Amino acid sequence: MSPPAIRVSGIRKTYGSLVAVHDVSLEVRDGEIFGLIGPNGAGKTTTMECVEGIRTPDSGTISVLGLDPFRDVYQLQERIGVQLQQAQLQKRIKVWEAVQLWASLYRKQPKIGEQLLEQLGLVEKRDAWFMTLSGGQKQRLFIALALINDPEVVFLDELTTGLDPQARRAIWELVRGIRERGKTVFLTTHLMEEAEKLCDRVAIIEYGRIIDVGSPAELVDRHVPERSVVLVTDDEHAGDQLANVARASSMTRDGSRYTLHGSGEQFVSSVIECLSESRIHVKDFRTVLPSLEDVFLKLTGHSIRD
Amino acid sequence: MRGLWELTWLETKIFLREPLGAIGTFIPVAVFVLLGRSLPRVSATSALPGDGVLSPGGVPVLVSMLIAISAVLSLVTIISIYREGGILKRLRATPLRPPTILTAHVLVKLLLTAFTMALMILAGKRYFTTDAHVPLFSFALALLLSAWSILSLGFVIASIVPTARFAQPVGALVLYPMIGLSGIFVPLAQLPPALRALARVLPLTYVVNLLEGIWRNEGWLAHLGDVGALVVTFVVCIAISSRVFRWE
Ligand SMILES: Nc1ncnc2c1ncn2[C@@H]1O[C@H](COP(=O)(O)OP(=O)(O)O)[C@@H](O)[C@H]1O
Ligand SMILES: [Mg+2]
Repeated sequence: MSPPAIRVSGIRKTYGSLVAVHDVSLEVRDGEIFGLIGPNGAGKTTTMECVEGIRTPDSGTISVLGLDPFRDVYQLQERIGVQLQQAQLQKRIKVWEAVQLWASLYRKQPKIGEQLLEQLGLVEKRDAWFMTLSGGQKQRLFIALALINDPEVVFLDELTTGLDPQARRAIWELVRGIRERGKTVFLTTHLMEEAEKLCDRVAIIEYGRIIDVGSPAELVDRHVPERSVVLVTDDEHAGDQLANVARASSMTRDGSRYTLHGSGEQFVSSVIECLSESRIHVKDFRTVLPSLEDVFLKLTGHSIRD
Repeated sequence: MRGLWELTWLETKIFLREPLGAIGTFIPVAVFVLLGRSLPRVSATSALPGDGVLSPGGVPVLVSMLIAISAVLSLVTIISIYREGGILKRLRATPLRPPTILTAHVLVKLLLTAFTMALMILAGKRYFTTDAHVPLFSFALALLLSAWSILSLGFVIASIVPTARFAQPVGALVLYPMIGLSGIFVPLAQLPPALRALARVLPLTYVVNLLEGIWRNEGWLAHLGDVGALVVTFVVCIAISSRVFRWE
């Protein structure tokens, strides 16, 4: 396996008396989409900006593509692409001007500006001023700027915050496209759905500490193995038969609707087996799987939105 | 300094797109022309007849200084707006070196000052007879040096002022009163000793001294002290702002 694209060990960052990042260590593998997820104020941006070389941690070490973001910042900036949370551009800069300026800043003088505008659906907006763009268009422009130098690692901080669901989905597609091209993506989000749909692996951060790291499915298995099955049937014997499902920990009935709770990967198939052996005819069958949202709730004792 | 010309050119274009950008550049020239029209044709090297408020060469010096000050105020405002909007931070997260970003802004302002100056000189030729030979090139050079020096003061203000909303008023509060003590309205010798001492540490005093002297054809050698004071101002201000400047 190739060495990790990013390695962070034991970084700490304080602002006056406020400890924004207590102790964060993590590794981002080459070619993956890695998400740092947690509520607002958890220390995501601070961590990410330390990795980008924009802020300096008080202690701890960081290595990105084998470089030290503090010492080798200019060398590193040639090889990474950055989208900042809450950044703006000059109000009256035109889209093509921004792309052209950014292209001129890199040593290799990249020529993919027009191509990026096309891929990101910004061709009709080439001559528009930044201030006239919609939220989604601005974010797409920022993605274009982050990709202009064909970077090896792309940093995306709260990329879809403030966008409507449709624009958000379009952006997710773009991010997957970045991974397809072999690049490493390090992103932050406070949207669990986004992390679940987009990330290969996530780290959950709260109060400046990493609580756990893994793929969304691993985290769910590890922390909330509970699953539920909801089914609807008119079969009079269903209740008796379903009570025999050994892996079910409990069952509730509401008219013709039965809800079974259990845990582990085998639970759902054991319910299906029981239904087919007893030849019970079901009108509806749904499994309810826990999500990262539930993982977060379980780990921190509160919802990410509180 | 890769990207310096691209950024300078782009920032110039962006500035001219601002509703107040282009107009603001022409206001001092318009004032100058109106002033020129409303007065009888006078010799620029002698005091204006009838008031005696301004020293010899006073009108062009005052207007030039206003041009430089408006450039500085505009710089202070732009830097604060860029900081507040995260634009400075966004530019810094590229291979652009921080001094390049700031140098580009200074260049834009110097360019605009030079341009306004040129317009003013054209207007001046029309409305003020210059019976003595006024060294326009030297005067323009002296003005650029002055602008460069007070721009560095502008950076100190931009470093300290916390929000964009206060940038312009704070800048104006610092700079305009300086004009009053600069010796252009009241000669330094006539000021009370305390004010005179204060005037001696204000950069605009040296700006006025230099500009008036050059306008009166006294030559650079007679004003090396003023040039030195402006260079010191620049060095001190840049040293201060490189310590206290905030990017976000
Ligand atoms: N430049 C700063 N100065 C002072 N406090 C800051 C600064 N940046 C962030 N903070 C504080 O540090 C904490 C973590 O912030 P941040 O890293 O932005 O979290 P997140 O990105 O997860 O929302 C917050 O309490 C925030 O208010
Ligand atoms: Mg953040």
